[in-house]
Amino acid sequence: MGKMIYLDNAATTKTAPEVVEAMLPYFSENYGNPSSIYEIAGRSKEAITEAREQIAKVLGANSRDIYFTAGGSESDNWALKAAFEAYSSKGNHIITTKIEHHAILHTCEYLEKRGAKITYLDVDQNGIVKMEELEKAITPETILISIMFANNEIGSIQPVREIGMLAREHGILFHTDAVQAFGQVPIDVDALNIDMLSSSAHKINGPKGIGFLYIRKGVKIRSFIHGGAQERKRRAGTENVPGIVGYGVAAARAAETMEERTGKEAELRDYMIRRILEEVPYTRLNGDPKKRLPNNINISFQFIEGESLLIMLDMEGIAASSGSACTSGSLDPSHVLLAIGLPHEIAHGSLRLTLSEETTKEDADFVIEKIKEIVARLRSMSPLYEDHMKKLAKASGK
Amino acid sequence: MYSEKVMDHFEHPRNVGEIENASGVGTVGNAKCGDIMRMYLDIDDKGVINECKFKTFGCGAAVATSSMATELVKGKTVQEALEVTNKAVMEALDGLPPVKVHCSLLAEEAIHAALWDYAEKKHIKIEGLEKPKTDISEEEEEEEY
Repeated sequence: MGKMIYLDNAATTKTAPEVVEAMLPYFSENYGNPSSIYEIAGRSKEAITEAREQIAKVLGANSRDIYFTAGGSESDNWALKAAFEAYSSKGNHIITTKIEHHAILHTCEYLEKRGAKITYLDVDQNGIVKMEELEKAITPETILISIMFANNEIGSIQPVREIGMLAREHGILFHTDAVQAFGQVPIDVDALNIDMLSSSAHKINGPKGIGFLYIRKGVKIRSFIHGGAQERKRRAGTENVPGIVGYGVAAARAAETMEERTGKEAELRDYMIRRILEEVPYTRLNGDPKKRLPNNINISFQFIEGESLLIMLDMEGIAASSGSACTSGSLDPSHVLLAIGLPHEIAHGSLRLTLSEETTKEDADFVIEKIKEIVARLRSMSPLYEDHMKKLAKASGK
Repeated sequence: MYSEKVMDHFEHPRNVGEIENASGVGTVGNAKCGDIMRMYLDIDDKGVINECKFKTFGCGAAVATSSMATELVKGKTVQEALEVTNKAVMEALDGLPPVKVHCSLLAEEAIHAALWDYAEKKHIKIEGLEKPKTDISEEEEEEEY
């Protein structure tokens, strides 16, 4: 097989060479435990401080408020579980949306079993939260609003500024899962009134297994892991020093390249969306056409099923993902696609392509041609397409 | 995830298509769950399946099991075709991942549904054949874009 075209950057990204290079000395040279007192331990400690500052700078945050975790899912779990506990005297109501990542949704289900009341807000057909419904959902018992910054499947960017303002007016904590947004869109935690924010390094060319939770000073939140003084005693455990170093470099890199990189990605994204919608019949774009992550394409192809499409793309060296049930191990397709109102069979035929700075126009053209061929081939095998065509023939024959 | 045989039948599916004026046609599955199989049988006067074609909306395993099922029933008598179980289809494909076993069940149901249609058209009764579940809704909602 020739070269691979990797279009699944929302799943994970390639670790950037400068990130790997920055991490390497912290494996076998500066391997000291940052909590120890000797010289090489001091180097680890300094490296963590520097990475924390690099990340804080990207968010306009105080570095003291960045708490390293093992990734986005841990950060989401921590934010919800610990806030629910710490604010139980104020209330037990949490507002979130139907299109959150499972790290939020499953944690909410867990908390419901422990007495939490959760409101799962609907979204509009483009996958955007409706502000009036959010406002209506607020009760005196509401302690937390947790709404993702941008959706991982359909790329829709939420009205985070308005949500932050509303939360602030009502004195409610605002947490946002920014795993897909951090490093892709500008985020200022003060300007947006964000109290807590989850992020993960491997989505922005950093290493896997490292994330952070931003917790604004003053937010009452319990320790998530007990047993040491690391992370201001809130998250014990010897730090993942190489991971943290890599994260700092990846964050700084993402911020520096953001404008140029995302500009280029968005242009290619729109080019691909336009061509696919124009050149493949019975196709729709999922998610908002404008309020959208710069690298996200999500399209449904009627009459075909996503897993078949993915396998055939893979045979052509194209790595992508789908909201089909068959890729999830359950019979239901993506909860996000159902939440924006897609019928099951259309949701099964969805394809997500997430670009990177390395994606070229030649790649895009190649992928579009392959999609056209594969969709046509799968449709020629589809009983749904056969029925549709017969219906059309009957209608025009009469 | 899939065996080489499954991949082979997915990549080069046997007997894809339709049969005009088929002796029996069966459609099973449900678009909601992401799998629909349609099987066409051409059965001669001696009750032998001369030709078998399929169309499938579904995942790689759904396509591969349909393809293998057509291969297994071709040339068989109606009674022999009834013996083609989901297990036989799975074995012929060197196995399926556990989450895909339902695809092989669908293939078995598709054969039965097509045989049932044949029996109804011919006004005959096929011993051991029960009326298949027609899971597929008659009025599929058409989404236009």
